[in-house]
Amino acid sequence: MPQVKLISRFFEIENSHRLRVYEENGGYSAARKVVTENWEPDKIINTVKASNLRGLGGAGFPAGVKWGFVPKDHEGPKYLVVNADESEPGTFKDRHVMINAPHLLLEGVIIAALSIAAKDVYIYIRGEYWEAYHVLERAIKEAEKAGYLGKNIFGSGHSIKVHIHRGAGAYICGEETALLSSLEGFKGWPKLKPPFPAVKGLFSMPTIINNVETLSYVPIVIEKGPEYFAGLGVERSGGARLFGVSGHVNRPGVYELPLGTPMRELIHEHAGGIREGRSLKAVIPGGTSCPVLTAEEAEKVNLDFDSLAEIDSMLGSAGVIVMDETTDMVKVLCRICKFYSFESCGQCTPCREGTGWMARIMERIVSGNGHYQDLDDLLDIASMIGGNTICPLGDAAALPVTSFIKKFRDEFEAKASAGSITAASSRLSAEEL
Amino acid sequence: MSGKEKKTVKTVIDGKEYAFPQGTTILEAAKSVGIEIPHFCYHPGLSIAGACRMCLVEIEKMPKLQISCHMTVDDGMVIHTNNERVKKARKAMLEFHLVNHPLDCPVCDQGGECNLQIYYMMHGNYISRLRENKVKKTKKAFQIGPHVMLDQERCVLCSRCVRFCQEISKSNELGIFQRGDREEIDVFPDMQLNSPYSANVVDICPVGALLDKDFRFKTRAWYLESADSICPRCSRGCNIEIHYNLNRPWKNEGRRLARLKPRCNLEVNDWWVCDEGRYSFKFIDDDNRIEGPLVRTDGKARNTGFKEALELAAESLRNSAASTDVEIAVLVSPRAANEELYLLKHVFSEQLPGTRLVFSSATPFEPTEDDILRKKDKNSNTRGAELMGLTPDSAQVWSLSELKDAVLAGEIGALYICYHDITGLPEEFSAGWAEALERIPLVVYQGTNTCPTSEKAQIIFPAAAFAEREGTVTNFEGRVQIQQKVFEPLSEALPGWQIIQSLGVALGGSYEYESAEEVFADLAKNEPAFAGLSYEKIGSGGFVAKDAKA
Repeated sequence: MPQVKLISRFFEIENSHRLRVYEENGGYSAARKVVTENWEPDKIINTVKASNLRGLGGAGFPAGVKWGFVPKDHEGPKYLVVNADESEPGTFKDRHVMINAPHLLLEGVIIAALSIAAKDVYIYIRGEYWEAYHVLERAIKEAEKAGYLGKNIFGSGHSIKVHIHRGAGAYICGEETALLSSLEGFKGWPKLKPPFPAVKGLFSMPTIINNVETLSYVPIVIEKGPEYFAGLGVERSGGARLFGVSGHVNRPGVYELPLGTPMRELIHEHAGGIREGRSLKAVIPGGTSCPVLTAEEAEKVNLDFDSLAEIDSMLGSAGVIVMDETTDMVKVLCRICKFYSFESCGQCTPCREGTGWMARIMERIVSGNGHYQDLDDLLDIASMIGGNTICPLGDAAALPVTSFIKKFRDEFEAKASAGSITAASSRLSAEEL
Repeated sequence: MSGKEKKTVKTVIDGKEYAFPQGTTILEAAKSVGIEIPHFCYHPGLSIAGACRMCLVEIEKMPKLQISCHMTVDDGMVIHTNNERVKKARKAMLEFHLVNHPLDCPVCDQGGECNLQIYYMMHGNYISRLRENKVKKTKKAFQIGPHVMLDQERCVLCSRCVRFCQEISKSNELGIFQRGDREEIDVFPDMQLNSPYSANVVDICPVGALLDKDFRFKTRAWYLESADSICPRCSRGCNIEIHYNLNRPWKNEGRRLARLKPRCNLEVNDWWVCDEGRYSFKFIDDDNRIEGPLVRTDGKARNTGFKEALELAAESLRNSAASTDVEIAVLVSPRAANEELYLLKHVFSEQLPGTRLVFSSATPFEPTEDDILRKKDKNSNTRGAELMGLTPDSAQVWSLSELKDAVLAGEIGALYICYHDITGLPEEFSAGWAEALERIPLVVYQGTNTCPTSEKAQIIFPAAAFAEREGTVTNFEGRVQIQQKVFEPLSEALPGWQIIQSLGVALGGSYEYESAEEVFADLAKNEPAFAGLSYEKIGSGGFVAKDAKA
């Protein structure tokens, strides 16, 4: 299937981050339409529901359904929060959107805020996204000056104030409730659910949290109609999305494709195939927390939520990490384990202790002091973490371990057989080796 | 009852159906029917953290296990707290808690009362498969405040102490620093854990991460026995447990009383006690305890035994009463139990009619007060005295300064002092008393410890401390509560009521109470405020006296 150019068309337009250029290319017409035609919140929500637009941060929850959870009779403020803390390893699509099409995001923000009657919007942006932060900040100023944001937008009497908050670098703050804690000024710790944020979120008020890309598709859905968008994809996975391809391909980058596109096409056609003519070994389909696919699985699977779920993986953030035959899967898993151990917020026990434990076992295996028993222990520890934590970080740390060891067991056994079960542990860390 | 009464829901736990009020957490609901669900971070007095994951249970129709401290019971809910899946998860959570725990139990003071140990024996019991090095943390045996020692590597990061400092003491000294398995509990930079409630964090710490500096290494927890009592340090009357050791006198530097721990009473002190109260027991085993009845002649005190001292006191008091120029005065103590106050009132009015009662609630302690527990009045039973008409509200009862005026005018022939160290009081109360005491022909002192005031007395009676006798005290809001007799009075000391009774007998009266409870039965009959009360009715939670005005 060819690429579609809904969001990504702005990647190719010069100065598309400027309001003038954005408007020359049809920008703000969807928001203007919703505001001036005085759409009821329900109309917006139903349109988005009909488009099958799903949360593109990783969880894939239908966006319109989520907006519908906000209590209608709530008195007091409600908030829209934009999750721009893109930090899942292998994921870099939101950065492209914010740098190239900040007004598209802001237009989506206006429509979403109107659908839940939120007057204040917080964009929580990853601290390292220095450039995107400045681009966004300028875009907000431009939009305010044009009367699209701030008081009395489009002369309608509605007010929407957009605030940007920069994160301080913790991966966990991309988890929506940890993001809220951080935004409230507390340590970035996830909150217990229920209550869900739509009922009791930021500052204990009803709050909707959406990913940058999700919101950026909203103006397109309004503009082109929900049927068009839904028709792009497959059943239950509406439209298109941005795939960020990285790793051993000839043309790494962001590709916008209809959902349901075969992964084979993404890797071999759009991304230019495997580098130096090598063969494919494995693919992580949606950021490191998604179970890894073997080459065989990757060649067969289609890129939509349900197809990946059928083979026990996930589309996640659509950050596709491609690995060729030269890749040492043991070292890759070790790196992933170290990441989750480093980023575990430490609030709940299984993740706090388990991620570090797995990382240390992996370091020992990489250092040549592993044992077969370690592999079963790792699988067991991963199963002890999975499903038992406050937030999905525990699962995110457990799934790669399970999938890597199960699918590439030979490689792990070859590495782990050298050590002795009685060897206490290597005193050398992986870095020192 | 109000129409807002909570709805009841029917929930099945482990195969049996129960009815619970809606909104009850599964953990509390299970506890109420005798099913203990293990937990570290949950504490009924604090907000829900949901962090330790020890309390996971299976709820039918929910794919994941759920934490029972957070989930509430609901109609038709079917809960399993002990099936194979739950047991497996519990064991897993325990194993995680021990991954970075130093296992230094032999030298850890929490040994014997450590939830990690207890839960390991109950739910773990596996052979360790951990072959990795443990994460090393910074502070071990590190003093973070006047009373609390911190050991970061023993900590299970349940955050109870942090939540206590945020929610109860509102002093916010503690935080969790770092992230992941490098996390550490610590005081914020340049802070000390020095709120007036600091040592409560030791009680709620489920492991040996926060220990009591005062108690640490004195004796092992399993050598201690426990008895219920009431904190004597202020008029709040916090419910406490007295932990003591009698069988191994070589432990705890020979002191019988090892520590005080708060005992939950939601009407009085919740789960807490202030540090002032917690460490107020030292006088009980102090070297300056008065061990026997003393008679001082020519400046030399001599233990005469009770019989001789009582006879001498009775004779001297009668002589004084015979004189028409002078009065006898009794300085009543708001730290004496109700029973003692009752007898004091009766014995003196019956045997030495015209005896002048004097009352003072002054103490040497700083009058600290807050809206958590501490009350300005640092006596345990001011309210009891008030309800019996023994305070200067009644015209016949003098204040300390009225007494001093009378003494200086030479009108007092004999003064019987209960517990008060008059000369040790703050200046406004004690001024002039050192000389004034010299001018009283007969001073009798009844108390627990030697003090400058007792040094001025000719006759001294050794009284039992609050932990050495049975008795009731009435807190500021009129709640009558029992202080149990925990151990025998030191040497020859006797409970206060018994000394007063014996004095009454020596004065020619007939008093035959065999126990404090018997005294209280009469008290309840004769003092309207206490009508209808009995030890049985007071029970372990206390009972508010009739007509008790707040």
